[in-house]
Amino acid sequence: MSTTLIAADPVLEVRNLCVDYGLGEDAVHGVTDATLTLRRGEVLGLAGESGSGKSTLAYALTRLLRAPGVITGGEVLFHNRPQGSATTETVDLLAADAAKLRQIRWSQLAVVFQSAMHALNPVARVDAQLTDVLKAHRKQMTPAQRRERAVELLRMVGISEDRLRSYPHELSGGMRQRVMIAMALALEPQIVIMDEPTTALDVVTQREILEELMQLRERLGFSIIFITHDLSLLIELADSIAIMYAGRLVERAGANELFHTPRHPYSLGLLNSFPALHGDRIRMEGIPGSPPSLTALPGGCAFHPRCAFAMDRCGSETPRLERPQRDDSSGNRKDGEERLAACWLQDGRQSPPAPLAIGLSAPAAERPGQGIPSQETPGHENHGLESQGLENNGLESNGHEITGSDR
Amino acid sequence: MTPTSGGTPTATATPATVVHGPKRPGVPVLEARHLTKHFPVIQFGPASRRQVVHAVEDISLALPQGTVTAVVGESGSGKSTLARLLTQLITPTSGELLLNGEPVGTSGKARREYTRQVHLVLQDPFSSLNAVHSVRYHLERPLKLHRRSGRDELGSRVLELLERVSLSPASGFIDKYPHELSGGQRQRVAIARGLAVEPKVLLADEPVSMLDVSIRLGVLNLLDELREREQLAILYVTHDIASARYLADTVVVMYAGQVVESGPATQITDAPAHPYTQLLLSAAPDPQRTEPPVLRGRGSPPSLVTPPSGCRFHPRCPFAMAVCKESQPPAFTVAPDQVAACWLHEPGRSTDPDTATATSTATNSSTSPAEAAEATDAAPDATSGTSE
Repeated sequence: MSTTLIAADPVLEVRNLCVDYGLGEDAVHGVTDATLTLRRGEVLGLAGESGSGKSTLAYALTRLLRAPGVITGGEVLFHNRPQGSATTETVDLLAADAAKLRQIRWSQLAVVFQSAMHALNPVARVDAQLTDVLKAHRKQMTPAQRRERAVELLRMVGISEDRLRSYPHELSGGMRQRVMIAMALALEPQIVIMDEPTTALDVVTQREILEELMQLRERLGFSIIFITHDLSLLIELADSIAIMYAGRLVERAGANELFHTPRHPYSLGLLNSFPALHGDRIRMEGIPGSPPSLTALPGGCAFHPRCAFAMDRCGSETPRLERPQRDDSSGNRKDGEERLAACWLQDGRQSPPAPLAIGLSAPAAERPGQGIPSQETPGHENHGLESQGLENNGLESNGHEITGSDR
Repeated sequence: MTPTSGGTPTATATPATVVHGPKRPGVPVLEARHLTKHFPVIQFGPASRRQVVHAVEDISLALPQGTVTAVVGESGSGKSTLARLLTQLITPTSGELLLNGEPVGTSGKARREYTRQVHLVLQDPFSSLNAVHSVRYHLERPLKLHRRSGRDELGSRVLELLERVSLSPASGFIDKYPHELSGGQRQRVAIARGLAVEPKVLLADEPVSMLDVSIRLGVLNLLDELREREQLAILYVTHDIASARYLADTVVVMYAGQVVESGPATQITDAPAHPYTQLLLSAAPDPQRTEPPVLRGRGSPPSLVTPPSGCRFHPRCPFAMAVCKESQPPAFTVAPDQVAACWLHEPGRSTDPDTATATSTATNSSTSPAEAAEATDAAPDATSGTSE
């Protein structure tokens, strides 16, 4: 759950990262101008549909991207403060040489890949795979110590010791994913990047693994970049969320903020794509159309052909990721993190349509009469629960007006 | 509280056969009686040791016209096997199928008639469409095989089908190949193919799980329109209980090859009676949740080769009692149209289905004290969904 982070220092800063697939004129822009900050101990959720560039972003910042993927610009700063050390060393991962990368990868920055069956070696036993990394990175350890550590790691993720001699195919999907997590944590990294770690699992298993993961984070203090398409899960899990669409970040906000007061029409549409577990059954519309192909992106804002609020300007000019002009809650937010949205509706020239203006300082008189066809944010009405008990991440009283004015 | 359980009708044992599915007057289009499927485990050795996977056990299900029935469960719960049994793609070990109230024959002709009336939409539109054939080919084929239209009107029938699944302009899609379509469009073509022969029943096996989030609702809404407009009986197999609640009239929850609970969709999610349904709901992502959920009944489904005795959920159940280990619970009526196969709801054991779980934990639980405490703590949760 979202623990409030009071101005934790950044551990990873991504600035204007651009990734292309292919070279020259025909290059496809996989990621364009991504800027992100990951703070110590934070869970940053990266949500988007397939092809939105979320995995590409993760692979680019770990420098794991394979050809034809090319990083064409930007910088990725890793503020390295190894366990027990008081000093912080800043490394530009995009400029780092192979030796430096080797030193940082896994030991400071680990990745849990999407498909555990494919990421584990099918012909090696679990213990071999767990001790391999220790052999490479902790040369002083004896075989007995390595084995001991492997047992400890397995126990940490809730697998009993007798599974050490198993092959991956002898483990269930959930256990394989746990082994992957244990491997990622073997060297006590500062950052763990998880690419759809639980997508292939059943809900109960998924919940168990996430519970364990959150406990481990509490204990070991690493930061997580959690990549998924399941926004409803992310809202529960992450501290802050970045939404990607067609290779660009379109919104960045605290998890609760995003849920209650989305500022980008795409975020709103995504939220309306998940049927609720409570309340009345209301017909929901999702988002019309389908995600664009990166080889034929629409001009201007890539979302405009699917957007219910599109204006003339959206088809020609690409909005930048900026603070919503009428959002005055940023002044008093605790975590020092600005919330950002890449949408012309939020540039202050007009008041955004009601579903995207919840909690904004727009004059109340402007709200009614905004033609909002079929986008009435169903499922958001029933907020009796939140206004009583929920800590509104920096939203303060603004958040509570929602329910009234939204209706 | 559901309005009906306010008066707290005493839970009553239902007759031996419980037919799950929406209750509607008249003869259901498709009815399954006591369907059972055991898959043999291939192994060497004496025949006496030959084992079977108990994939589906004694399920009776009725699909009336114009309704959506959702089958919810984890992987391995037998939900897809059930759908396949209903298509007659696999033959049941025992049990029978009734189409429009008539037992289904085994002759080739009867089989053809059955496949015309009952159609399947598969999970993955990326592999269920043939990559080397156009949309036109895919949609003409069932029309030709079932001789549904003359050669001269084939083209117009295909266009009409595309319009029915909201692929317009249809003429723009008819000559496309699967790779030229997006996931949602492909699934619509797959549904159109299912509709080509004007079936009465559409069996959709996880039709949206491979699709992008933003277009899932579009396909679900399409199924809803087909139910409404064409009065189809739809079986929606899914692991996503939230989408089942959204689309279905009735939700049937399966665990380890058996139905553990069934009832009206919102009733099941607002007042789940079976501990497994409660577990599923607590594990499902829910942005409105303010506290991390408490999972009651961790672990994974049992082996279906040697399923647990009694209630198959008892090894995981936080409320397991002695009787659960010994005998299999029948389906008890816990609310109008809602049945749960759980001894907690045996008449006389408890009067209120919503609090049954909490009280029985305190008295009968064989689990650890910590878990029991957890369960009592969480008891308000079980009702919170309904009290708003």
